[in-house]
Amino acid sequence: MPEPMNETTKDTMTAERMFGDVLLDVDGISISFGGVKALDGVSFNVREHEVLAIIGPNGAGKSSMLNCINGFYHPQEGTITFKGSPHHQMQTHEAASQGIARTFQNIALFKGMSTLDNIMTGRSLKMKKNFLWQALYFGPALKEELEHRAKAEEIIDFLEIEAIRKTPVGKLPYGLQKRVELGRALAAEPDLLLLDEPMAGMNHEEKEDMCRYILDVNDEFGTTIVLIEHDMSVVMDISDRVVVLDYGKKLADGTPDEVRANQDVIDAYLGVSHDENGNGDE
Amino acid sequence: MFYREAGQFKTSYDKDQAVFPIMQDRWFIVAVILAAYFVVPFVADEYWLQAVIIPFLILALAAIGLNILTGYAGQVSLGTGAFMAIGAYACYKLTTNIPDLNIVVAFLISGLMAAAVGIVFGIPSLRIKGFYLAVATLAAQFFVLWLFNKVGWFYNDNPSGTITAPPRELFGVTITGPRATAEARYFVSLTFLVIGAVVAKNLVRGRLGRSWMAIRDMDIAAEIIGIRPLQTKLMAFAVSSFYCGVAGALYIFCWLGSAETEAFDLLQVSFPVLFMIIIGGLGSIIGSIMGAAFITVMPIFLTNFPPMIGIHMATDLQKHIEEIIFGGMIVFFLIAEPHGFARLWQIGKEKLRRWPFPY
Repeated sequence: MPEPMNETTKDTMTAERMFGDVLLDVDGISISFGGVKALDGVSFNVREHEVLAIIGPNGAGKSSMLNCINGFYHPQEGTITFKGSPHHQMQTHEAASQGIARTFQNIALFKGMSTLDNIMTGRSLKMKKNFLWQALYFGPALKEELEHRAKAEEIIDFLEIEAIRKTPVGKLPYGLQKRVELGRALAAEPDLLLLDEPMAGMNHEEKEDMCRYILDVNDEFGTTIVLIEHDMSVVMDISDRVVVLDYGKKLADGTPDEVRANQDVIDAYLGVSHDENGNGDE
Repeated sequence: MFYREAGQFKTSYDKDQAVFPIMQDRWFIVAVILAAYFVVPFVADEYWLQAVIIPFLILALAAIGLNILTGYAGQVSLGTGAFMAIGAYACYKLTTNIPDLNIVVAFLISGLMAAAVGIVFGIPSLRIKGFYLAVATLAAQFFVLWLFNKVGWFYNDNPSGTITAPPRELFGVTITGPRATAEARYFVSLTFLVIGAVVAKNLVRGRLGRSWMAIRDMDIAAEIIGIRPLQTKLMAFAVSSFYCGVAGALYIFCWLGSAETEAFDLLQVSFPVLFMIIIGGLGSIIGSIMGAAFITVMPIFLTNFPPMIGIHMATDLQKHIEEIIFGGMIVFFLIAEPHGFARLWQIGKEKLRRWPFPY
């Protein structure tokens, strides 16, 4: 990794970037499955327009954290405050309607449906016409459908997947499926986007594309992003702040540089190779 | 040569998401519907209408209903016969207790009754899936038929235990009961099927249909998008049962005339309708209709084919051979084309577009 270069770009970036208020505040979240404490009193916050990365070794509780935020798991202790309203337990549809969208570590697309239909499904909550209008598919219902189609096409353009809009997603290669899944999450026009390993299993070019999309989403739509990623170069490059989890506890929370310099993190995660690469004297 | 879409430009999303975006397909469908209304009733004789075409139309409606539930929403159901029976008995009670009620309104209310019961039997679907749900719907099948046999109120306590369609008129023409002509009953069944198919297609290509398919393909992801599983599944049960209920009412009023609960037996109705959608294509409206045509026409064909080529045999032997061939064909078909007629139809159209070139 070209270390010094990164530092300069990062510094200029953070200097320019403006963050808003705290969008999501996670306070003392604990959840255990049987005897295993997946999360143990984890607290952190995410500010508007920020890109926050959650990193940590396997089994550190990263995915559990995302599952708690979007209501898929209900934490036993702690509160999650989103847009100023505290929730002890969030229901999944509640999280969705408040503007939290996510992608999954293992692709969770609707395999029998086309790319376009997948993205249109992402807009379900925005469509209001009732059953009878839908049955007629006429007048206001048709108008609504076309309006949302136009929005979906914007996302298709943005992600450069025009060629596959009518292809069933089950037939697409892995990298494109990941992109469609991002599209489906974007279709809901979320305020907070949770990405669970968006670059897992991708080659270098695909990773770069995905980074570009994530940064563009953050830039153009102003979406706040929380992502989990194992590729350290990606994490250090694109995130504004990094939260490190290990064994369900928070080890560190800070800018990529701070985290990189943190001795606990080095011990737990980056490991001994750190000294060999000569990155230690920061 | 004639099936080319060159020069047909789609300049709006409206045109792009039309049911039949290709002009030739639109003309084909219009031609089929016109032929169904203005040619078939004058060409087909009483036997063909009564033995083949009317049951095909009515079962196609039921198949669309089941396809919405099983093909689109992914909830396997073996209770088709029960929901059809509810429609039939509800219509019988309505027409006998309220003689002035318009027959079409009676059909629709019967469908709503079936929908209500369908919602009740759909509640377990939130917790159980696949085969286990199929068994739960089987409970509906047996319970409903038992109830209609056991409680005299449902068949107005008549000693034979059967329900008989009373004569009713629509626009001055008798369409139900013993004096209704096959043509009149044909027109009613056809109209219900055409409207039913159009409405079903509209539902499945809109938001509701996408929610159903989302639940079918990946329920967890659907939930996280904000689709509520219980409401969506119950909606599928309600719409599906509505279709089955209307089909059941037509089954008695426009086809059989009178029947007992056995007419809605598991092996008489539930399984054949399931075969229709499997052979026709799960998750396809036109596939439901093609599957219904196959399942209703094939036994007639097998009965008439051996005598036509000069083979005569004992009736019971013939019946058994017929069943063997029929079963064999279903197995063969599922191996050769697991996605059913709807897929074959797609492949055929692709081939036709490229013809005479192989690529």
